[in-house]
Amino acid sequence: MRLEAVEAMLPFLTERFGNPSGSHAVSREARKALDEARDTVARCLGARPAEIVFTGGGTEADNLAVLGAHAIRPGSTVCSAVEHHAVLHACDALGDNRLAPVDGNGVVDLDRLADLLDRTVSVVSVMLANNEVGSIEPLAEVAALVRERAPQAVLHTDAVQAFSWLDVAALASPADLVAVSAHKFGGPKGVGALVVRQGVKVESIIHGGGQERDRRSGTHNVAGIVAMAAAMRATVDERDATVARIRVLRDRLADGLLASVPGCAETGDRATRIAGNCHVSFEGVESEELLVLLDAAGVYASAGSACASGAVDPSHVLAAMGMSRAQAVGSLRLSLGTSTTAADVDLALEAIPAAVERLRTS
Amino acid sequence: MRVLAAMSGGVDSSVAAALLVEEGHHVTGVTLRLWDNPTDVGCCSVAEIDDARTVANLLGIDHLVWTFVEEFDARVVTPYAAAHAEGMTPNPCIECNRHLKFGRLLRRAGQLGFDAVATGHHARVVDGRLFRGADPLKDQSYVLYVLGRDDLARIRFPVGVLRKAEVRAKASALGLPTADKPDSQDVCFVTTSGGREALLSSRIPLHPGRVVDTAGAEVGRVDALELVTVGQRRGLGTGGGAKRYAISVDTATRTVVVGEAADLLAPAVALTQLCWVDQPVQGPTQVQTSAHGDAVDADFDGSTVRFVEPQRRVAPGQSVVLYRGDEVLGGGIATS
Repeated sequence: MRLEAVEAMLPFLTERFGNPSGSHAVSREARKALDEARDTVARCLGARPAEIVFTGGGTEADNLAVLGAHAIRPGSTVCSAVEHHAVLHACDALGDNRLAPVDGNGVVDLDRLADLLDRTVSVVSVMLANNEVGSIEPLAEVAALVRERAPQAVLHTDAVQAFSWLDVAALASPADLVAVSAHKFGGPKGVGALVVRQGVKVESIIHGGGQERDRRSGTHNVAGIVAMAAAMRATVDERDATVARIRVLRDRLADGLLASVPGCAETGDRATRIAGNCHVSFEGVESEELLVLLDAAGVYASAGSACASGAVDPSHVLAAMGMSRAQAVGSLRLSLGTSTTAADVDLALEAIPAAVERLRTS
Repeated sequence: MRVLAAMSGGVDSSVAAALLVEEGHHVTGVTLRLWDNPTDVGCCSVAEIDDARTVANLLGIDHLVWTFVEEFDARVVTPYAAAHAEGMTPNPCIECNRHLKFGRLLRRAGQLGFDAVATGHHARVVDGRLFRGADPLKDQSYVLYVLGRDDLARIRFPVGVLRKAEVRAKASALGLPTADKPDSQDVCFVTTSGGREALLSSRIPLHPGRVVDTAGAEVGRVDALELVTVGQRRGLGTGGGAKRYAISVDTATRTVVVGEAADLLAPAVALTQLCWVDQPVQGPTQVQTSAHGDAVDADFDGSTVRFVEPQRRVAPGQSVVLYRGDEVLGGGIATS
């Protein structure tokens, strides 16, 4: 977590323990902190405070968006083939989901998307940036298509992966619903938010005391929300500088791997990817094996997306991009973040070629 | 020694890993995801993998999860279904051991610098030779006959010297949450697929068949010939009366021949796909023809096992394992 976030939340775990829905002085104090956090989050997301619904994380925000909008207006759902499972499985659960294909870079195919849109569609969901390969989706173009072909539909965007790297306030502005998750930008786990634009309705999926204007019941996680707001503000303040710094490191990492490892290929086009994502594949190597050697060398990479069991699932994202099974099996995702240093990249550039070489010769 | 301990989330493999840690080895746990388990319970489910990880954390060892779903399907499930289509009764656990647990896993362990692979099987390796486990009721040496000396040199069966009750006691003493988990039963991927019929009907066409007696007279019908196993008594549509057993299944003519108990006995069984732990063996031996059966005296001539006393017919596709006392010599697969 970012220090700003830790420091911001500590008082609310100790002396400032009030429940913002209560009426005591200590509650009013908590309520004030909650209001300030809401203002901050709204500003960082280009929304009004009343449009912010605090949730228990990104998955809940995505579920509230998809299930909540669908409950107001039942119909078909349309989502990109590379959505996070929080969106994909929520859409699948509704029973009539249409998958919009993507190109070899993981970018949604607008023509094919247009074909899927009609007046029976109630929810469209296209993420802002992909969590596996980092592809940035053309949300403005998507929104234009939705308004034209499915004007009754609600447009949701999962901006969970995007927030650290992109100006979400601007880029997500065409969407009716926008989901974020605090732990992706230095906040605590288990807290997130959904922007619900004025005039857009979502049915609550968690029933109870009617908090968050009846859109999300449950006592507020004040410490988590305050910490999320602090992390958000710090992230936005530093975002341009971070992106510029990390892009240089990412390019050095990707170029270094391409130059030093035979049979190394970069996934898709770097130009359409967020700065913190380096995604490569190694011919004739299985990333399940590579991860073990890299872990021992102090390089923490991943393959595919983490699932609850800890297993590496065959990636639906890489499959949707048309990558062969053999290549997908040898793919590696190296994520860079605000704390990544040049020394980390040096270590990776030393450890990865050595590990690949070892697997190929043993 | 660096040991990779296969951990299914059950009590035997939990204790196997624990014993290796106590012996001072550098142990890493791994759970194999072999099957896209559609249910929340049973082998390869998130719950089982979670149990394995909890045990690994308690033992203070790293835990990996590897997905071999495609290989398992290609090497175990698809051949299992194909064999049924031929009227055979295969033993998929043996193919899983051959190709996955001690094929794929052992190779990968070697690549990653592990000196050995351990599992929770009830069997013993002594001086590179394979023996029955110490608990006669839990012995699993039958499903391990496909291992050769080179494999055994890199395999550990830490619980093979223990009785099951001792394994559970050890797990309880260590506070492992898997201590009182029930033993796994039957074939993992069949159980989690809603049974043999459900699994097979999704993979191969099932055909109705005639049931005839040894004289060729029709005495009944079955809905799915491919589900009939030699030796089976129930579900043959022959009604009441004398007990009748399936003594052969012919998928070409879609006929099941039934007979009385005496007709089920056979003097010999021919083997294919022979595997030997060490050198090929001929002559007097004891053979075990099913996972939970007893060994009986026999003589092996290099291709056919001749029983000293006639035995129940071995369903084609089943493995026949040759023993000398408690030692596994090798085995093969019964032909039709």
